[in-house]
Amino acid sequence: MNLDFYLQQPFAQHALLAGAIVAVTCGLIGPFVVMRGMAFAVHGTSELAFTGAAAGLLVAGNAVAGALVGAVVVAALLTALGGEARERDSTIGVVLAFGLGAGVYMLGKYHGFATAATNILFGDIFGVSNGQLVLLLAIGVFVAGVMLVIRRPLLFASVDAEVAAARGVPVRALGALFLLILALTVTEAAQIVGTLLVLSLAISPAAAAQRLSASPVAVTWLSIGFALVATEGGILASLASETVKPSVFITAISFGIYLAARVAATRRRPAYA
Amino acid sequence: MTAVVELRAASMRFGGRVLWDGLDLAVEPGEFVAVLGPNGAGKTTLLKVLLGLLELSGGTASVAGLPPREGRHRVGYVPQLRAFDRELPLRGRDLVRFGFDGHRAGVARGDGDARRIVDEALDAVGAGSYADAPIGRLSGGEQQRLRIAQALLGRPPLLLCDEPLLSLDPSHQQEVTALLDRRRREDGTAVVFVTHEINPVLPYVDRVLYLAAGRWAVGSPAEVFTSERLSSLYGATIDVVHVRDRIVVLGADGEVEACHHHIRE
Repeated sequence: MNLDFYLQQPFAQHALLAGAIVAVTCGLIGPFVVMRGMAFAVHGTSELAFTGAAAGLLVAGNAVAGALVGAVVVAALLTALGGEARERDSTIGVVLAFGLGAGVYMLGKYHGFATAATNILFGDIFGVSNGQLVLLLAIGVFVAGVMLVIRRPLLFASVDAEVAAARGVPVRALGALFLLILALTVTEAAQIVGTLLVLSLAISPAAAAQRLSASPVAVTWLSIGFALVATEGGILASLASETVKPSVFITAISFGIYLAARVAATRRRPAYA
Repeated sequence: MTAVVELRAASMRFGGRVLWDGLDLAVEPGEFVAVLGPNGAGKTTLLKVLLGLLELSGGTASVAGLPPREGRHRVGYVPQLRAFDRELPLRGRDLVRFGFDGHRAGVARGDGDARRIVDEALDAVGAGSYADAPIGRLSGGEQQRLRIAQALLGRPPLLLCDEPLLSLDPSHQQEVTALLDRRRREDGTAVVFVTHEINPVLPYVDRVLYLAAGRWAVGSPAEVFTSERLSSLYGATIDVVHVRDRIVVLGADGEVEACHHHIRE
């Protein structure tokens, strides 16, 4: 067992730190994603991070910066093209299809080392540099700060938009802001678990949490806790195994927590009937 | 005493269509005004004007002496029943708490105060026993009780209700209206109550505003619900029949009131 050896290595320490930042931000926005029915928005914005990364490589040789700028563009585009729940999914589908096509084109044009763009599809948690760590932390602090400030009106607007609007809550503006926060979080998470697996941190922990409690505050804490357990557990398991990628363990642990929560919920159910 | 709601020569047009025109209405503190009329007559539009969500096409509106946008925080609002997802992580007490600080951004302050105020509001509507149950698992009557607790939490001078009885069964309708009446008497709250059915609220109503075909009428139920008055409003022959203590409105093609049972989104 070489885990002790690995834990001394900067790449592993960086991975655990980066994983913790991503887990906290994903766990924090997860309950709102589930409540607002935005799972497809998570999927769409995360895949579009690939397009942003490809564009970043082509224009500036920087995949991460490209993905982040891309996230802002995508959030603005989706907000401009239509916001109502039913229309939203088809809008995302349309933008996603076009965006992925554009990504493939730009990657073809790029003649350098394209790993940085493909990394974003599957994640590269053991390749986090000091600079990336600082960037992750900055995004994490920004996301957490905004969420702390808008938490209550966002909750009001998410569960009861009509009454919230009547009380003067800027429902549409909050929706647009949340979409931006979501796009940033998802893009940040994509560096770690990969575009294709972001749902395992942005959806699964929150979905599990809301099976266990009906209190919005408790659900948020549980969601953060589950995301942390899945991410850190997945990284440690990967280090111990030496061959299996962390995203495999992260998604597996996430799914396991979700199943356990559903089983626990069926036992608890009769209490409300 | 100054009126809680004041509409002067208020008119509302959408495109070329006139919903209502030259509407004058002053609602006194503690008064219960029911707003009736067929679908599309502009009942909900009127509430949106009072909530500051829509501007009048002409005339003026004020709420508690202020323009509606500024008077917003002095208004409670009870919407029609809607289905919540069964898994939605929101308890009854969370819904009521929105009435305390749901609109306020920033880090939560005075959590102890909030809890006491929410508990009082829950007790006042008899919802203490299911305050911690997920909202999606409560009955329609229970949900509407929580809505009333939320709306009245800040003791607003005005309560606006948009078809709060829709899709409730008759016994829950009675319970909810009786509760509403008791609570508004305790606080002296004026109530503007949009409904397609007068009978469930008839025992409590002081005045009726009837909107139809671009025209309007205001008065006590006995004054407005006459064959003559409604016929001239609709521009068609309408018969108003009193059966025991209920009012039935009959148009040329059947019962007018019963024709309004459309469920809106």
